[in-house]
Amino acid sequence: MPSRRQILAQSAAVAAALAGAGLLPARAQSAWNKAAFDAKSIDDVLKALGMSRPVESKDLTLTAPDIAENGAVVPIAAATALPGAKTIAFLIEKNPTTLAGVFEFGDAVESSVATRVKMAQTSNVYAVALLGDGRALYAKKEVKVTLGGCGG
Amino acid sequence: MSDPMRIRAQAQGSGAIVRVLMSHEMETGLRKDAEGKTVPAWYITEVSAALNGKTVLTAHWGTAIAKNPFTQFTVKGAKAGDKITVSWVDNHGDKRTDEATVA
Repeated sequence: MPSRRQILAQSAAVAAALAGAGLLPARAQSAWNKAAFDAKSIDDVLKALGMSRPVESKDLTLTAPDIAENGAVVPIAAATALPGAKTIAFLIEKNPTTLAGVFEFGDAVESSVATRVKMAQTSNVYAVALLGDGRALYAKKEVKVTLGGCGG
Repeated sequence: MSDPMRIRAQAQGSGAIVRVLMSHEMETGLRKDAEGKTVPAWYITEVSAALNGKTVLTAHWGTAIAKNPFTQFTVKGAKAGDKITVSWVDNHGDKRTDEATVA
């Protein structure tokens, strides 16, 4: 069990790293990246996350259905075997807010994650992975949505 | 107080597959109720998972994560009997932490 002191030191280090990368608005206490979650386009999200110019890569796999009957629950998953891939973000191009979620992996977790998202309409879904050396990779897939998942 | 999470951690190979089902409305803040009023946003913003007390995964979520969120990930080196703890915080500041044992 790490002590409370260690945990605090760790989260402070993470926050400092994020602040150093210009990710944190000055007043934010947590590392939750409001700018990224408010962003309405792929470019804005990537900018807010510090993932510059991602390149398409076969080493990152994005699993999503071709057709989602219910946009309220769309299962998606991303995985990569590349070492040092510590962050994976899911972006949905035509949602009201583009960024769905960001997952950060510690050393003891494989760089693979599955979750379920909401999609307002048929759109491209992107998984973007940030590697240890600062490179960013992406994989995309179009998911057709028959019934949107954002109320209405 | 929210309902407990359902966590299943299954040892497989050299690690354990962890599946988590949380119970949360995940309102986007865009939906309108029957009277046409906007339902305020209410969603989980931060999730973290720990193996035997050591944080192994953190996630930041937006409103596009589905209602009653599901997440699956693989913890390397976890074996039967290890403790997996998952906690979340939502945008109202509510929290919940639940624990499961790797089987």
